[in-house]
Amino acid sequence: MKRYSVFAIAREALNYHMGWEKAWKSPEPKAEYDAIIVGAGGHGLATAYYLGKNHGLRNVAIVEKGWLGGGNTGRNTTIIRSNYLQDPSAAIYDKALQLYENLSQDLNYNVMFSPRGLLMLAQTHHEVRGYMRTVHANLLQGVQTEYIGPQRVKELVPILNIDGPRYPVLGALYQPRGGTGRHDAVAWGYARACSAMGMDIIQQCEVKGIRSEGGKVVGIETTKGYIGTKKLGMVVAGHSGQLAEMAGFRLPIEAVALQALVSEPIKPCMDVVVMANTVHGYMSQSDKGEMVIGGGTDGFNNYTQRGSFQHIEETLRALIETFPMISRLKMLRQWGGIVDMTGDRSPLISKTPLGNCFINCGWGTGGFKAIPGSGWAMAELMAKGEPGPLAEAFNMWRFKEGQFIDESVAAGVAH
Amino acid sequence: MLILECPYCGVKAEETELAPGYEAHLKRYGPGSTDEEFEAYMFARKNPKGVHFERWRHAYGCGKWFLAARCTATLEVFGTYPAQLSAPPAEIIAKIKAKRPDWKGLK
Ligand SMILES: Cc1cc2nc3c(=O)[nH]c(=O)nc-3n(C[C@H](O)[C@H](O)[C@H](O)COP(=O)(O)OP(=O)(O)OC[C@H]3O[C@@H](n4cnc5c(N)ncnc54)[C@H](O)[C@@H]3O)c2cc1C
Ligand SMILES: [Zn+2]
Repeated sequence: MKRYSVFAIAREALNYHMGWEKAWKSPEPKAEYDAIIVGAGGHGLATAYYLGKNHGLRNVAIVEKGWLGGGNTGRNTTIIRSNYLQDPSAAIYDKALQLYENLSQDLNYNVMFSPRGLLMLAQTHHEVRGYMRTVHANLLQGVQTEYIGPQRVKELVPILNIDGPRYPVLGALYQPRGGTGRHDAVAWGYARACSAMGMDIIQQCEVKGIRSEGGKVVGIETTKGYIGTKKLGMVVAGHSGQLAEMAGFRLPIEAVALQALVSEPIKPCMDVVVMANTVHGYMSQSDKGEMVIGGGTDGFNNYTQRGSFQHIEETLRALIETFPMISRLKMLRQWGGIVDMTGDRSPLISKTPLGNCFINCGWGTGGFKAIPGSGWAMAELMAKGEPGPLAEAFNMWRFKEGQFIDESVAAGVAH
Repeated sequence: MLILECPYCGVKAEETELAPGYEAHLKRYGPGSTDEEFEAYMFARKNPKGVHFERWRHAYGCGKWFLAARCTATLEVFGTYPAQLSAPPAEIIAKIKAKRPDWKGLK
């Protein structure tokens, strides 16, 4: 793999840009691998990358039914933050944020990580108290975050109406280190690095069955035939229930649609990310100038990658009250993704009832921000066969034990 | 937009008039059951891509719970029936089998 750099641009310019090589190869599957990851979303690709980088495991394939990054990774609103309430969540999301801070250098691929700061508005007294509690918890966890008053909010976001009639802004939880990234680039950057390590990314290859012997996985049936493997990682977000069924167990997960929309591009008007959970809407401005808007989740199982219409109206109604100046904006595109919601709204990074078969899922409405940390923890789990400190609490048996990782911030609210 | 007919009042209600209640026909386990049974009842879900049976409530209508047979891959509705039934009625099963010949039945 040729490195990307300013010199490379100059060199290629002299060749009329005809010399750029393909970012990743498109090989046919081998008969067997040391490890197979199902799902080439951000989490699957990051898992493969850290398997190679941290654990020296490179005879790895990533099998994807569509195109890489075409699932939720390519459909999300790219909000990144780490100020979660519970210790296990704060630990893994902050690990992810730290890795994001150097990811472009690490991957030699510009993931456009933009730590522009993130505000979660407090618009009820319950929210004020909830966020105060989060700030205190974050202080103990060593996660930088602060609580700010309404005037400071107005300074940071002049287009925000802080004294709306129904839900005036009482303050905000502010994480200056939070922000956004380029979702596709995260998938592409990891994919390029995995391919450069000699891993096989096999697209247009759907997993249809899982073969096991003596309680251990031995391979997968795919639309490109049978592929043997010593270890299997299932990282398929909304389709986790299907993969679990193939492996012979059930998950505490329901798949529902979450949607988002973007407006026509306008001049720069907001240089932080704003989430308003009470009225339920969140918004940031992309580098192209579009307002990127996150909508609501449906309350029923759905695999169609489109959400219900009324959420568009609900979301826009809430945001127009919060940001009156957007009321005349036209919306350009709207789409949905199938998110994997667990019983306690926290993810699973876990061994499974099937030997040598591991699962990473349940990131639901908020897993883009977790991609590097999740891949790091999942790679450790797959390489060693046992979870490290980051993954331990996220095992799937916590539901039996009643040891939930109850992220109330995630309860029904996209984050 | 999802439209379900309430089997009690016969109203064709669209989803904003309804409250979703997720998987139907769960076998309830309480005190005296094993941890595994209780966990499975509380948390483990079928979450199928295809035919699914669900609980819904006619929240802004008669207020009653009812059950619906639906396809989660296409949003096609096969029918609704009262929540008192412990299994889907034969005509709904027949309809599903006609439309989805590979369906393996309610497991
Ligand atoms: C509208 C929307 C907005 C969001 N906003 C945010 C946000 O602002 N911030 C944030 O942190 N998170 C957000 N999220 C959540 C985030 O997108 C996800 O948690 C994250 O992208 C999940 O990544 P993944 O790699 O686990 O899954 P995916 O990217 O969905 O990848 C899973 C892959 O598995 C493949 N697959 C499935 N079944 C099979 C099979 N049988 N065989 C082979 N391959 C298979 C799929 O094709 C897919 O490519 C949002 C999600 C949505 C839908
Ligand atoms: Zn009714």
